Amino acid sequence: MDSILNLRDGILRGDNTARAATESALDAAEKLNGTLNAFLEIDRAGALNRAAKVDAVNPSDQARLPLAGIPIAVKDNICVRGMQVSCGSRILGPYQPPYDATAIDRLIAAGAVIVGKTNCDEFAMGSSNENSAFGPVKNPWDISRVPGGSSGGSAAAVAAGIVPAALGSDTGGSVRQPAAFCGVIGLKPTYGRVSRYGLVAFGSSLDQIGVLTRTASDAAAVLQVIAGRDPHDATTAEVPVPDYSAELNHDIRGMRLGVSRTLLGEGLSPDVRAAIENSIEVYRGLGADIVDIDLPHAQYAIAVYYIIATAEASSNLARFDGVRYGFRAEDAPTLKEMYRKTRDEGFGPEVKRRIMLGTYVLSAGYYDAYYLKAQKVRMLLRRDFARAFEKCDAVLTPTTPTPAFLFGEKVDDPLAMYLNDIFTVTGNLAGVPGLSVPCGLSADGLPIGLQLMGPYWSETTLLRLAHAYQQADPFGARPSIHA
Amino acid sequence: MPITETDIEKIAQLAHLEITDDERRLFAPQISEIVTYVEQLNAIDTSSVEPALGGLTPEGEQTVLWRQDEVQSSLGQKLALDQAPDAAAGHFRVPKVLA
Repeated sequence: MDSILNLRDGILRGDNTARAATESALDAAEKLNGTLNAFLEIDRAGALNRAAKVDAVNPSDQARLPLAGIPIAVKDNICVRGMQVSCGSRILGPYQPPYDATAIDRLIAAGAVIVGKTNCDEFAMGSSNENSAFGPVKNPWDISRVPGGSSGGSAAAVAAGIVPAALGSDTGGSVRQPAAFCGVIGLKPTYGRVSRYGLVAFGSSLDQIGVLTRTASDAAAVLQVIAGRDPHDATTAEVPVPDYSAELNHDIRGMRLGVSRTLLGEGLSPDVRAAIENSIEVYRGLGADIVDIDLPHAQYAIAVYYIIATAEASSNLARFDGVRYGFRAEDAPTLKEMYRKTRDEGFGPEVKRRIMLGTYVLSAGYYDAYYLKAQKVRMLLRRDFARAFEKCDAVLTPTTPTPAFLFGEKVDDPLAMYLNDIFTVTGNLAGVPGLSVPCGLSADGLPIGLQLMGPYWSETTLLRLAHAYQQADPFGARPSIHA
Repeated sequence: MPITETDIEKIAQLAHLEITDDERRLFAPQISEIVTYVEQLNAIDTSSVEPALGGLTPEGEQTVLWRQDEVQSSLGQKLALDQAPDAAAGHFRVPKVLA
């Protein structure tokens, strides 16, 4: 599947149609799903219907639709009317949301065609997709390896060339980490940049809808459409949305990239270290200045994250009680037993583990010791970032300590799994935007991701840096499973 | 702090989760390990630090959220009840509250 920009050009010129682009995405999704398990629902009828509507728009109006006829996949924790929203869980049963998320509303108004819902770790909790109740997504580069998580289906669908773009959600790295593992771009915007109305909540002070694409220019095109204030989400900020595509080609000469040598220390695979050192040289070659920075509290980020995220999750997931929608357990004679049985049968082990951890850290006598302490260290981390951004325009780190790992490798050791998010959770805790761009392959031929994080609202800078990188050091490799 | 299987049962009660004996045996050491890991935060002096409550940026904090007090459309009863496991007479029906 071509890039958004090329597809749109073809459709506007009349060389291509929304229907043909959509059919090609649907065909690829259906053909590859047996291998990849990237989609939980493929909506052929709905997508073709939407595509026909875009094709019926007269050319001058079509030119005003920034995503005219572009097939897009959506993580199955974002509401699309008429389609399921399972969150990779059994507890929602056959539930279909009666409304569109604001991001979906805006995509559809821009002419995009939603082709299907992508698989993910249950309620976006996981870094490997092994927590989906519907079986894991396979990494298109090596199907014995995880695609990353939790937006693994979205990353695999883009990497395998099924769609040019997909939406994901990122609470601790769930867009950037699978993007790194699958060799695509993953952008988590600033907290408050994209409305979460219609995104099923996990950690409300951390969640943000993000974009997965193969090029920085395509990520800019999608972010342009979904960004901005929404009265339905009180956390969206009244900050003007810049023209993300306009500055993509600007020179990055003189831009300052902050590198923390401590973060490139132990725990990093040699392949990742080599790729990151190489990308630092690529940026130097493009005229960027590399400056030393320090994020002294980043080492505590996983501890802070797993207190705050689980506390918020234990509260958010209280709504899944079998009363108003979704699955309800049978044979429960009282209300309380119905709650407990429904949640026992409906939730998988990782979700239960996190709800219990969150319940524990919020429980009487422990709140100050865990939750309040974590929020104070979070403040220290925010100050670290503020100080770092006095010295640089963006911070450069690996996205993950290793390339994609094997299925089963970490599944019995939750803490080892959590530590995989060490570089990404900092961005969610600080609220700053982060972007992962492919920066090379490991000796085993697996993609490696480079992460750029910037000050609040600096998506333009991150996209420009990623675009410059993709121009200077194109990532030509393609996964073995590809449309 | 070590978390015992009894603690796990208490937490499960609080969270309205029913867990099996196997899960209890599995979760106790796992949650203990995670809690021990997060306790490294105790080494940091935070006595003069304000907690970061919520995730808002300064611009987010300043965003005006008020709107005119006007009635807006809502989902409506039919749609709201449409997918309930047990809806009856315009209500959500649940098993009896008291045993």
